[in-house]
Amino acid sequence: MAHKSTYVPTSSFGKWIDARLPIPRLVYDQFGVFPMPRNLNYLWTFGGILTFMLAAQIATGIVLAMHYVPTAEGAFDSVEHIMRDVNWGWLLRYSHAVGASLFFLAAFIHTLRGLYYGSYKEPREVLWILGVLILLLMVATAFMGYSLVWGQMSFWAVTVITNLFSSLDSVVPGLGTKLVEWIWGGFSVGGPTLNRLYALHYLLPFVIAGVVVLHIWALHIPGSNNPAGVEVKSSRDVVPFHPYYTIKDGFAMVLFILLFAVLVFYAPNLLGHSDNYIPANPLVTPPHIVPEWYFLPFYAILRAIPSKLFGVIALVASIGILFFVPWLDTSKVRSTAYRPVYRWFFWAFVLTCFALGYLGSQAPEGWYLILGRVFTFYYFAFFLVVMPVLGRIEKLRALPDSIADSMSRGKKRTAKPAKQLEAV
Amino acid sequence: MISKRFARLFAAVITLATPIGAALAGHDEPSVTRQDWSFNGVLGKFDRAQLQRGYQVYSTVCANCHSTRLLSYHNLGQEGGPQFSKEAVEILASKVQVTDGPNEKGEMFQRPARPSDRFPPRFANEQLARLANNGALPPDLSVMAKARPAGPDYIYALLTGYKPAPADMKMTPGMYYNVAFPGHQIAMPPPLMDGVVPYTDGTKKTVDNYARDVSAYLMWAAEPKLEERHQVGVRIMLFLMVFAVIMFLAKRAVWSRMH
Repeated sequence: MAHKSTYVPTSSFGKWIDARLPIPRLVYDQFGVFPMPRNLNYLWTFGGILTFMLAAQIATGIVLAMHYVPTAEGAFDSVEHIMRDVNWGWLLRYSHAVGASLFFLAAFIHTLRGLYYGSYKEPREVLWILGVLILLLMVATAFMGYSLVWGQMSFWAVTVITNLFSSLDSVVPGLGTKLVEWIWGGFSVGGPTLNRLYALHYLLPFVIAGVVVLHIWALHIPGSNNPAGVEVKSSRDVVPFHPYYTIKDGFAMVLFILLFAVLVFYAPNLLGHSDNYIPANPLVTPPHIVPEWYFLPFYAILRAIPSKLFGVIALVASIGILFFVPWLDTSKVRSTAYRPVYRWFFWAFVLTCFALGYLGSQAPEGWYLILGRVFTFYYFAFFLVVMPVLGRIEKLRALPDSIADSMSRGKKRTAKPAKQLEAV
Repeated sequence: MISKRFARLFAAVITLATPIGAALAGHDEPSVTRQDWSFNGVLGKFDRAQLQRGYQVYSTVCANCHSTRLLSYHNLGQEGGPQFSKEAVEILASKVQVTDGPNEKGEMFQRPARPSDRFPPRFANEQLARLANNGALPPDLSVMAKARPAGPDYIYALLTGYKPAPADMKMTPGMYYNVAFPGHQIAMPPPLMDGVVPYTDGTKKTVDNYARDVSAYLMWAAEPKLEERHQVGVRIMLFLMVFAVIMFLAKRAVWSRMH
């Protein structure tokens, strides 16, 4: 939370810079002594992990860009050139590709954590909205990055997704077609399309980095939410960020990098599609066009809606609806731990996301299509019905008085059986 | 309690990601069985002799129709590959004619390949390739082992998968029945026969060995840095595991200060 600065520069240079550009003060106040709730669990480590992933993607991406050729003729071969002839090129490219997947894995966990613990609730609405904006930017960036490989899946994913804009033809005849041709820079997906996707893929990560700064700024005004969902009341509730959370975040980050390394070194193509090792061919459509795994739930929603235009609207709404969550959820408490009924709906929502992910990988026929519609319905009902209605009528469990109280309560609960054992 | 739930969620993500990955890998995947490759596993390496035999199969059989445009002859001598000697690479390259030029008369000319040359295209263009192959286009094999689900297992299954067509199956004229190929009708005639490639190292000259060796060779062609990746990977994993233990102990020490 915003707190009075306690930084006292000691060296003469420290005093000099403090009067001019007080970066040491900023670091000390915001990352050194910054008061953090003492009860954060490991789900709170994903913010740090995500920051690391963004930095890793930018670092590997910049070096890849030095060797990549953004032309329809050269793109595929330049990627293979990176894999074969560039020093450590295979490591850079696999890290970047696997990194995108793990970036999304971390972002999904981070978002679901915010959803579970009500981290979007007053006074953290702007913080949440900035987070959703980052997620949207990530989606755009990842989609464009995937296209750059210029394999069959890249090419046809770009064709399918850019063609979505043509659904606007049903609103204003000709508008969608014109828009799509403008995006393509021609009458089909081709070299000009690839070139602009490359330019934007290089731009957007820096936009993300900018919004991340705002996200952290907005976090440091009210301070972190916590598993109990009650605000910090006294100094008994907090610990300084350093060393408590630097070390905890650091430990979690090493574990996450361990998972990252397993994939990069031993299963670098597990999460990719083998068709993307076939060079793009506008004349041959792959039998099943599927996006990367992290887009599958959204893809399932798109295909669950019979009308193209409304399918696109549902697709955009599936992430866009997150912007309104702070006002859709009417509950008085933040943490789902104190919402015995909502908890079931929450886990049903998580299950829905997995189900949609699976359905997104299957052809939308027969039972798959019906199930896709059922889960799409629940996906939106969770936000539009469960959140507003349940918040008003649900009977809540008693909240702890403070964070410190919630922790001693937890201890007492686990201590009890031990006492009984002693009595026996 | 929360961390347990988190662990469960995490486990769910991993277990769900696997079938999703498998589902992504494709639908029509008949009768491809996993093979026990030397390059499987954490410390998996290519078998040099196998890669060298695989190149022999490739150059005597596959290269009659297929190109491998991303490989250069010097790759055959690189570490982590077939590791032919420098002299052997020069001889292997010189057996192949490549187009060079234009010379000072402005004409293209043929000369024996040098180690720095790429493997030349088999046909001048797609139309010629189709003309020579009953309308079918033999695909480039550079990354074939990564461009099909189950990669080398699939190539092996395909090369050994030619069987007489079942009686109830209507075959298109000029197509061959293959148990591993999606749709079971493939334009490529059975390429291997016992004895067609003269192995000199005592390995039995069977279709099964040819198929196995050339599949391993194509895996190397698609992933020439696989050995380096495995070797670096082991070191990084060991480092990270030790680092994780240290971080865990440090975390516990720091948090024990709090009461």
